[in-house]
Amino acid sequence: MTDLAIEATGLTKSFGKTKALAGVDLAARTGTVLGVLGPNGAGKTTAVRILATLLRADSRTALVNGFDVRTQPDKVRASIGLTGQFASVDDDLTGTQNLVMIGQLLDLPKKAAKARAAELLEWFDLTDAASQQAKNYSGGMRRRLDLAASLVGRPSVVFLDEPTTGLDPAKREDMWDVVRGLVSDGSTVLLTTQYLDEADALADEITVIDHGKVIAHDTPHGLKRVVGGQRLTAHPLDPARYDDLVTVLAGISSVDGRPPETDGRGSVTVQVDSDEVLPDVVARLRAAGIAVDELSLHLPSLDEVFFTLTGTRSGDSRVPEEILS
Amino acid sequence: MKKRFSPRHALVLAKRNVTKMLHSPEQFLDVTLQPIIFLLLFTYIFGGALAGGSQHSYLEFLLPGMLGQTIAMSSVAIGQNMHADIAKGVFDRFRSLPIARSVPLVGAVLADFSRYAIVCVVTMAFGYLLGFRIATDPVKLIAALGLAICFALSFAWISVFVGMTVRSAGAVQGVMILFVLPLSFGSNTFVKPATMPGWLQAFVNVNPLSHLVSAVRGLMLGGPAGSQVAWTLAWCAGLLIVFFPLALRAYIRRA
Repeated sequence: MTDLAIEATGLTKSFGKTKALAGVDLAARTGTVLGVLGPNGAGKTTAVRILATLLRADSRTALVNGFDVRTQPDKVRASIGLTGQFASVDDDLTGTQNLVMIGQLLDLPKKAAKARAAELLEWFDLTDAASQQAKNYSGGMRRRLDLAASLVGRPSVVFLDEPTTGLDPAKREDMWDVVRGLVSDGSTVLLTTQYLDEADALADEITVIDHGKVIAHDTPHGLKRVVGGQRLTAHPLDPARYDDLVTVLAGISSVDGRPPETDGRGSVTVQVDSDEVLPDVVARLRAAGIAVDELSLHLPSLDEVFFTLTGTRSGDSRVPEEILS
Repeated sequence: MKKRFSPRHALVLAKRNVTKMLHSPEQFLDVTLQPIIFLLLFTYIFGGALAGGSQHSYLEFLLPGMLGQTIAMSSVAIGQNMHADIAKGVFDRFRSLPIARSVPLVGAVLADFSRYAIVCVVTMAFGYLLGFRIATDPVKLIAALGLAICFALSFAWISVFVGMTVRSAGAVQGVMILFVLPLSFGSNTFVKPATMPGWLQAFVNVNPLSHLVSAVRGLMLGGPAGSQVAWTLAWCAGLLIVFFPLALRAYIRRA
């Protein structure tokens, strides 16, 4: 018996001529969070749908909780929860009706299904909206109901396909807390995301995929070491001081010889080793007499990660993610 | 290893579909107003001409046929609804649950039972107002309505299959009407086939709706019905054997 809750090797899947997965390996140890990071169309959703038995891989298979997704789909289904990119709740049913229905389909007696529904609605702060139809819910409430629906059967493996896409920052933090709660209860979570900061905040290990291929697999720490820790971005108050700002920041860049990156808004970004450089930057800016209205430290964006890993920009010319076909 | 079909799961999903219907009651127009309008139109426009001036005797002939016609027409909706429903995420949820693949489809067809029961009640009640009376007994009336609903639930699988196959919900209606119109008019619903050309009579005589209409007429108005009931049940079984697997396969492929 392995301690891997999710184990896939060499998954491939094509839709017509489009190769969605060209040999993807994924592994998540029991009780951990595996972050799958990639841009739209990278194959994240396809991989999740294969692992959740909604799609069949063209070649190779995967084990979820030790069960083969191809030959034992019902054993897999009995132990997983799936929250899709688009909330899959029934709009015409109330919050309670949605959850009770799932409970009954999972063979809970009606009373137990109702109790479980009430418990989950309470947990996800939906008790007040329990008897409203889901079509009247806000986007964040629908996401929460959707997540609640995937947890009715207390699954030991939970797939979260871009659970925070489209949520405002406060709601994102709430969702992160839920994920942490799941893991502390012993569940294994596979989370897809387009945001490195989300993967960094939640995942024990991160697999980066692009064009249906794994291009990196590491711990968040390891991945950040590869892509170069943090970025520092500054924006001059006076646009005329732009060139001076570039000169100052070039002096603190952790990568010799790489010029500061610029964007169309007049901001300048450099790679730095750690947040310890911040006082130094402030001192240098003051010495040079440059006032800034933005000064921030952040993790590299997905785009920057990809630039570092592949040397090409992500985005553009990608096949659309196969969602429903 | 396949998950065995559970009737309980199907009932849970049937309840879901009924709840959805109740939230948009306009979905019931085709099973409430439609039989009323058709009964009025055919009885009073054609009745006099067709039955030598006696609208009442035409109503007697028409009403059992009208049941068959309305059932065939009402089956269009389930295919449309399922087509629209399946595009939404909730079917992904069903697919990720440890339930038999057929459960969401069976649940939807079972929910349609309520619609067909409404067809029966509305048609009989409005017919009664117009002066229709059964010549047999309540047991045979129940048998007639039960047979009609049984046929409806089998026929609905054609619509489900079409709904799983075509590309848009609108196309479901187009395809189903092409199918339902010749079946309902090319039958003994509105007139006796004696004056039709031979090739059409041949079609009318094998048309499953003709068997259903003859059986219902026999059960409501008296006369021999046994062989027509048997033919109707045979058609029900045939429709199920062919279209249930087709619909299920189309649904799984669509996943």
